Amino acid sequence: METILQAVREAAGLVLALDPKLVDIVVLSIQVSLTAVSLATVLALPLGAVIAVGKFPGRQTVIVILNALMGLPPVVVGLLVYLFLSRAGPLGPLGILFTPTAMVIAQTILILPIIAALARQAIEDAWREYQEQLRSLGAGGWSAALTLVWDIRFSLLTAVLAGLGRAAAEVGAVMIVGGNIDGVTRVMTTTIALETSKGDLPLALGLGIVLVMLILLLNAAAYSFKEVAQRRYG
Amino acid sequence: MDLKRRIVLAAALAAAALPLAAQEKYITVASTTSTEQSGLFGYLLPIFEKETGIKVRVIAVGTGQALDMARRGDADVVFVHDPAAERKFIDEGYGVDYKQVMYNDFVIVGPKSDPAKIAGSKDVLAALKKIEAAKAPFVSRADKSGTHAAELRYWKAAGVNIEAEKGPWYKETGSGMGPALNTASSLNAYILADRGTWLSFKNRGDLAILVEGDQKLFNQYGIMLVNPAKHPHVKKDLGTTFVNWIASPAGQKTIAGYKVGGEQLFFPNYKG
Amino acid sequence: MRAPTSILPLRLEDVSFVAGERAIVNRVALVLEAGPRTIILGPNGAGKSVLMRLCHGLLAPTSGRIEWAAQERPGERRRQAMVFQRPVMLRRSAIANIEYALGIAGVLAVERTRQARDALESVGLSHLADRPARVLSGGEQQRLALARAWALRPEVLFLDEPTASLDPSATAEVERIIGAIHAAGTKIVMCTHNLGQARRLGDEILFLHQGRLAERAAVDRFFDQPASAEARDFLKGELPWT
Repeated sequence: METILQAVREAAGLVLALDPKLVDIVVLSIQVSLTAVSLATVLALPLGAVIAVGKFPGRQTVIVILNALMGLPPVVVGLLVYLFLSRAGPLGPLGILFTPTAMVIAQTILILPIIAALARQAIEDAWREYQEQLRSLGAGGWSAALTLVWDIRFSLLTAVLAGLGRAAAEVGAVMIVGGNIDGVTRVMTTTIALETSKGDLPLALGLGIVLVMLILLLNAAAYSFKEVAQRRYG
Repeated sequence: MDLKRRIVLAAALAAAALPLAAQEKYITVASTTSTEQSGLFGYLLPIFEKETGIKVRVIAVGTGQALDMARRGDADVVFVHDPAAERKFIDEGYGVDYKQVMYNDFVIVGPKSDPAKIAGSKDVLAALKKIEAAKAPFVSRADKSGTHAAELRYWKAAGVNIEAEKGPWYKETGSGMGPALNTASSLNAYILADRGTWLSFKNRGDLAILVEGDQKLFNQYGIMLVNPAKHPHVKKDLGTTFVNWIASPAGQKTIAGYKVGGEQLFFPNYKG
Repeated sequence: MRAPTSILPLRLEDVSFVAGERAIVNRVALVLEAGPRTIILGPNGAGKSVLMRLCHGLLAPTSGRIEWAAQERPGERRRQAMVFQRPVMLRRSAIANIEYALGIAGVLAVERTRQARDALESVGLSHLADRPARVLSGGEQQRLALARAWALRPEVLFLDEPTASLDPSATAEVERIIGAIHAAGTKIVMCTHNLGQARRLGDEILFLHQGRLAERAAVDRFFDQPASAEARDFLKGELPWT
C-alpha cells in the first residue's frame, strides 16, 4: 500500500513538474505507437476487406492463421525483427537497428494482424448485411468494398484502437529492437521496465499510471467521437 | 479514397517527426546492465560529449549478449567486465585496441538474519562454502553476464561443484542485476552483486552487505573497438576516440570522480 | 446515338438452383414480358425469393440459362433494380442514400441532388431528406428504398415481400408507390405471401410449389378457378408452410 501511495505521489509530481526527460519519453512513445498504428491500419484494412469479401481456396485457413497471429508474442516479433535488422542480417546495411524506425517496424508487424483480424470480422458481418443491396445497385468489387469500409468506419475505429492499445502497452519488441537507449529509443514501457529492475518501484509505478492515463484518455476521446458520429449518421 | 489519403498523410507526418538519427555524430557502445544501472554512464557520457561532440548510445545488456551483439556488428565499441570472455572475443578476431581501464568490486549481500553466518567475513570463498553447506537461499543471475561468470568462478575456486550441488536453495533467475536483487529481496536470499548496482538499488527489504573487501571480489573492466576488418561499417575514428578517452588521464579522472552517496564506485587502473 | 434496346423479355430455360441436397428452384422455364405486373406466389420455402435473385443476377443458377434480351455489362448503368424485405441503408442521410445510387449509375454530381429530391418527393419523404436514413421508421425506410430504386428509372423492379415487415398503413403507402412506378412504365415483378395484396396489385400470377412453376395465369382466373391441385390447396389454406 505504501508503495502504491508513493507511486501516485511520484506520478503527480512528474506530471506537474513536466520533467523534460519524461516529456521526451512520452512524446517518443506516442510518436512510435501512432506511426505504427497508422502504417498498420493502411495495410490491415485492405487486407481485412479482401479476406472478408473474397472467395479463394484456403480462405478459412487464412482466417484461422490471421486470428492466431493476434496473439503474436511481442518479444518474438522483436527477436525476429532484430535478426533481420542486425548488421549480420539481410537488412543490416540499412543501419536502422536501435532507432525509433526499428521500433515502428516491430510494432507495425505486431499489431497488423490484430487490426486486420478485427476488421475482417466487422467487414464480413457488414458485407452479409449490405452485399445484396450494393450488388443490386451495380456497385461491384472494389467500389462496394470501399463503400462498406467507409460506412462501418466507426466499428473499424474500435479495431484500430485495439491495435493502438497493444502497441502502447508492449515492451518486448521495442526493448530488443530499440535497445532502450537513453534519449534515443527509451519509451514509457521500457523505462518502466528499467526502473523496476533498478528497484525504483514507486517511480516505475508512477510512470505506469501516466501510461494508463494516456491510454484511457485516448480511448475516451475515441469513444465520444464515435458517440457524436453515431448520433449524426445513425 | 479520401479517408485513405488522410491516413497516409498522417502516417507520413508522424514518421517525418521521428528524430532523424543520421544527422548527429554518434557511436553505439554495447555494455552491461550493471554498469548502466550504477549510473556511471549518466555521469560520464555528458562530459565526454561536451569534450568531443560525440554522442554515445549505450545498449545495456548482459556481457554475453553484449559480446554477441558486437560479433554481429551491431555495436562499435564493447565495454564489459569479463576478462576471460573478452580474451575469447579478441582471439576470434572481433576486438582490437583492447584496454583494461577500471575495476569495481562485488559484494555478497544477504538477509540481516544471516542463516549461514557469514557477516563481516573478508573471505568470499569461505562465505560461499558456508552458504552451500547451510543450503541457505541464494539467487544467481544465470544470464551469461560478467557477474554471473564471476559467481561461477568463485564457486569453482571454493571447491563447490555448483552444477551438482544446486537444489531448491539455489535460484537461477536468468535476469539482470536489478531484477535479481528484487528477487533476492523478496526471498530474503543471499546474492553476489556489484557494489554500484547495490548502492543505487532502492528495494532492499531486509538485505545488507555481509561480505566485502576480498581482493578476489575485484571486477576488472575492459574496453575495445569492434574490429573494422570484420565489420567495415564500424565507426573506427569515433569509436577509437572514445576508447582512448576512457584510458586517458581525463577519462580516468572522470571515472574516479563518480560517487554514489559519497562513495566511489569505480577505480581507474589503466596501465600503459 | 441509338436508344438502348429493352432488356425484356427475360427468358428462363430449365433453370435450377440446388443447395446441398435440395433443389430450391427446380427446372423452371418461363418468359417475362414487359407490361403486366407479375406476382410470384407460393407457400414459404417454395423458392420465390431465390427465383427472383436468380433473375436479378444476385445468384447464379446451378443449371439452365437466364437470358435477358439485352446484356447488362458490368460498369454500365443497371436497368433493373430490387427492393428487399428489409431495406438496407447506408449510414448517411436519406437523400445521400439516393445520391449514392445515382452516383453508381453514372449520373453527374450536379444532377444527382435534383433527381434525388424528385424521388423523395414522389414517395412523400421530402421532409426527411436530411435525416439519417437508419433512424427512419420501417415504413419510411422501405419508401426510401423504393425512391432509391425508382430514381434509377429501371426497366424492371423486383420486390421481395416488400411489406412483410410493415404495418397496414405503411403497407398501403408502399402499394400506392408500387402502382405509381408501374404507371410510369416499369415492369413489376413481386413476390408475396399476402393473397389480398397479390389480388390488389397483380395482373398475372406465377405460382411456385416446391421449386417448380406449378401454374401461371391471369390474376382473376387464378383466384377464381385455379387449374392445379397445389394452387387449389394453397388458396384453401391447406398446404404446409414448407
